[in-house]
Amino acid sequence: MTKSTYRDAIKAAMREALQNDPRVFLMGEDVGRYGGAFACSRGLLEEFGPERIRDTPLSESTFVGAGIGASLNGLRPIVEIMTVNFSLLAMDQIVNNAATLRHMSGGQFTVPIVIRMTTGGGRRLAAQHSHSWEVWYAHVPGLKVLAPATVTDARFMLGAALRDPNPVVIFEHAMLLPMEDEIEVVGENFNMDRAAVRRAGDDVTLVTYGGSLPKTLAAAEQLAADGIDAEVIDLRSLRPLDMPTVIKSVAKTHRAVVVDEGWRTCSLAAEISAGIMEGAFYDLDAPVVRVCSAEVPLPYAGHMEDAALPQTTRIVAAILEMLAHHE
Amino acid sequence: MNDSGNVTAPDDLARKNGLAMLAQMLLIRRFEEKCAELYSGGKIWGFLHLYIGEEAIAVGAMRSIRSEDAIVSTYREHGHALARGLAAGPVMAEMFGKTNGCSGGRGGSMHLFDASRRFYGGNAIVGGGLPLAVGLALADKMQQRPVVTVCFFGDGAVAEGEFHESLNLAALWQLPVVFLLENNLYAMGTAIERHQSRTDIHLKAAGYGIEAAVVDGMDVNAVESAMAKAMSRARSGRPYFLEARTYRFRAHSMYDAELYRSKDEVEKWKQRDPIHLWQQRLRQKDLLTDTELEAIEAEVMTQVKAAVEFAERGTWEPVEDLMKHVYAPVTT
Repeated sequence: MTKSTYRDAIKAAMREALQNDPRVFLMGEDVGRYGGAFACSRGLLEEFGPERIRDTPLSESTFVGAGIGASLNGLRPIVEIMTVNFSLLAMDQIVNNAATLRHMSGGQFTVPIVIRMTTGGGRRLAAQHSHSWEVWYAHVPGLKVLAPATVTDARFMLGAALRDPNPVVIFEHAMLLPMEDEIEVVGENFNMDRAAVRRAGDDVTLVTYGGSLPKTLAAAEQLAADGIDAEVIDLRSLRPLDMPTVIKSVAKTHRAVVVDEGWRTCSLAAEISAGIMEGAFYDLDAPVVRVCSAEVPLPYAGHMEDAALPQTTRIVAAILEMLAHHE
Repeated sequence: MNDSGNVTAPDDLARKNGLAMLAQMLLIRRFEEKCAELYSGGKIWGFLHLYIGEEAIAVGAMRSIRSEDAIVSTYREHGHALARGLAAGPVMAEMFGKTNGCSGGRGGSMHLFDASRRFYGGNAIVGGGLPLAVGLALADKMQQRPVVTVCFFGDGAVAEGEFHESLNLAALWQLPVVFLLENNLYAMGTAIERHQSRTDIHLKAAGYGIEAAVVDGMDVNAVESAMAKAMSRARSGRPYFLEARTYRFRAHSMYDAELYRSKDEVEKWKQRDPIHLWQQRLRQKDLLTDTELEAIEAEVMTQVKAAVEFAERGTWEPVEDLMKHVYAPVTT
């Protein structure tokens, strides 16, 4: 098994796609000469040339829409929106075109576009650069939404997304980029629509996605020292959501905590909580607990941002409180 | 050659083409009038944006658009659809919401699509089609297809950011797009002087390095000529901007009380009805007789009637099928 960073895994995924399928091309701001704002595409321009690695003007709506148009017309674009924060400018194209062209046309078109975006907070970038908009995209029928949280998923989800004829949005949490790990050997059963149990346990189910996975696993390790055996589920796919895997776990543990970097109100955690209520109501020994970002635009000062975001300490505290009150 | 072996004289060709354009404009006109009637009669619902008054643009422009070229349009796209060759029946049925509609009843008036004719809708978001057109053209260029994408849009769209982004990108990447502005002087209820700091919109194209022209959109012959040049330019591998000046004789949509423009202004523009102008021109050149006109009108009404019957015969999609068309099936 090879070791790789999450960042390099993304690059390897793009290289493989570009090498194997002439229809694939990468388009976005600074993906070429700059090497990618997060260095995910460094060297690709030199290797594949400017026809296939296209630096775009700062025109999110049009270059995403162009990616949609190109995907309607025989190509397989990977459109990189530098961060989820800028994707708001392209929301109309994504929601009103990518997600709906198939439906509005009565099934005549497919839109096999893949949109990659860096997401999340924790880097002192303040309110406009620290969003977690996964939930907005996961809300939309017609889109598929992925959140690779491991190096292996960063390596192989892109390929799966490109093979999928539907529009797929992939969220890459910025804090995961330097993370290093083994790339697992994956076979034909690699999927992009099922959650993964990252840590088996019997006492409490911790459900999370993306950048919150490391913190959640760390929380599980701390709890283990207290004799609490947590099961950690990495959702991997946010639309569709693999609720059966979550329900199966909660049926076993009878307790659930959802860790979600989005704001608590109307969050993905709220959706998962509702799903657990619907699917495992009689298995629950306690209400589902949500650990989310505080209801505040993310502040700049480090200690304030840390206080706003879900942290390992907060996750541990939430679980201990849940156990204390609902024995 | 005609049947008796004689080489077809230019007059015959002019007559044939002239009558064909007249018939197409009349088909659109009568079709739209019928839609208005059916809307009031509760057969068509939602939003209905009629193309009445603008027919010369769709018909004149379509003469230079080949079957392999692509078309992106707006919510006022019935005329483009019919001129493109979508049969009147499926277009009407779509507005009825029936399964034999060109979008299976899922789209309605604002979302007419036909993949087989490279007709990419039908877009309800003002300016929303321009980025799509850029992408379609990009893909054609990258795959070395000598085809053009024609993007219809209105003066309202010129104010949207997408207009500026799309013209810039098309020019930067030298994409074969004809940006065809149908300037009917109103963005819904807002007159162009009230939404554009500079109202000669085609002049904006120069700011992006795109060759542009302006044409009288009420003159189908002028539109045809202007579009022939536009398509030829675009086919050589660069964007082109054509502003066609026109006017919609009816309201923005069926809900519009037209409080924002005077009846005098509308009447004045009706003096330049593109269909009447073209009839006059054909008569002047002895290319149209009263009998011929009657025959064309009768044929058009037959088509419209048949379209309504086609729509009436259509079935309603079973509610059990509601969840269809959200995702394309994944094939392993």
